[in-house]
Amino acid sequence: MSVRLTLATTRRILQQIRHDHRTLLLIFALPTLLMGLLALILMDRPGAFDAWGAPLLGVFPLIVMFLVTSVATLRERTSGTLERLLAMPIGRGDLLGGYALAFSLLGTAQAVVVSLFSFGLFGLDIPGSALLVGLVAVADALLGTALGLAASSLARTEFQAVQMMPLMLFPQLILCGLIVPRDEMPPVLEWLSWFMPLTYSINAAREAIVNTTVTAYYAANLGAVLAFALAALAIGGLTLRRQTR
Amino acid sequence: MAETVTGAVQVRAVTIVRGTVTAVADASLDLLPGTITGLLGPSGSGKTTLMRAIVGSQYIDDGTITVLGQPAGSPGVRPRVGYMAQAPALYSDLTVTENLQYFARIYSLPMERAAEVIAQVDMTYRATALVSRLSGGETSRTSLAVALLARPSVLILDEPTVGLDPVLRQSLWRMFRMLADAGATLLVSSHVMEEASRCDALVLMREGAVLFEGTQEELSERAGVDDIEAAFIALASGPAAGAGS
Repeated sequence: MSVRLTLATTRRILQQIRHDHRTLLLIFALPTLLMGLLALILMDRPGAFDAWGAPLLGVFPLIVMFLVTSVATLRERTSGTLERLLAMPIGRGDLLGGYALAFSLLGTAQAVVVSLFSFGLFGLDIPGSALLVGLVAVADALLGTALGLAASSLARTEFQAVQMMPLMLFPQLILCGLIVPRDEMPPVLEWLSWFMPLTYSINAAREAIVNTTVTAYYAANLGAVLAFALAALAIGGLTLRRQTR
Repeated sequence: MAETVTGAVQVRAVTIVRGTVTAVADASLDLLPGTITGLLGPSGSGKTTLMRAIVGSQYIDDGTITVLGQPAGSPGVRPRVGYMAQAPALYSDLTVTENLQYFARIYSLPMERAAEVIAQVDMTYRATALVSRLSGGETSRTSLAVALLARPSVLILDEPTVGLDPVLRQSLWRMFRMLADAGATLLVSSHVMEEASRCDALVLMREGAVLFEGTQEELSERAGVDDIEAAFIALASGPAAGAGS
């Protein structure tokens, strides 16, 4: 892997996004609006927005970066640019690294904007650390990118690519403990939830909500999210083949 | 053994099976430095598959391809081979300059080189335009510019002039000739028989097999007609692969 090639790729991907003003607007404005909406409907229930809103901060970068990455890599595969790149002196690791860095940066920027509005304007208030909650959001952005990369290899068309989102993310959203506490779920489902990275992300976010410092529980769960992300990146990397059959 | 010294590209008994179709069947050919070889044949005759194999993007089931003394697609030879696929293989949401600059970074070339190749293909007047806004001819020329970036010794061009007007086609062929005169080895596929007359050597393919390899004169002689198109039709509709002479 080369730092120079990774950064060149990151720069190119961010340039592509920068030219797409509508996507930029959607990435930053949409989750902010949704958080505002959530704050509004929970206005009359004290503490409800704090309990729901903070873990959700990480879910937006997960979903958005998943979608953006899976469509971007699918376009790279179908337009021929991937084939062209792989015939050039660049490694798969450089491409993967470039994608991971570009969309983590974008996800971080998104998390910062949504957090600023949520804590500053919508009155989100937690006893723990907003910074540590934000760190979970960054890990979720990386996870979304990694899962999106892996998912795009299963899709032949953009229609299929967008369907990968409900396939790969909805079961996680349902089972991660956000809707029903995991220990109240049927044992089989609780057992399944251990294999879903979003579970660990929600655990870490909830820990950061009540603690101002990094606890062992927080670190272990954040580490698990990152481990899932790296594993998904590696699987995605295997699908970037230099040669076709 | 003189050919191993002089030949820039040697294809030896290459067979490529894609799914259930034998795309290339026991094909052999030589490309000499400083020459333009025209690769002719009906659609589906295996031209693109063979070209991709020379670039190293296509898995070979049998046979060998040597490019500049090394196996096709090996890391040492990759930067010295320029490939222009039929699909533009450009980032449509980046400008012409941004595309060239990204690929230049991958080759570790100075940024001036990007401007140079843009000028070489007469695209300076559109350098700041998004690729999605370019006409068909402009897109092809930009794709060609990418193939020219690293001053490759071997250029594999898959139908580079398809859909271009005669004036543009003529200027591209003049450029191909200049590159060959400077010592490059060019393989250019085409449907347009008129273009065959601009090549130093011709290779005719049908159903994955090489029907003919030689000069235009040899082709006319063998087919017993003067006109290339008539000679091609005579050969292509004659006895099937391997039954030549």
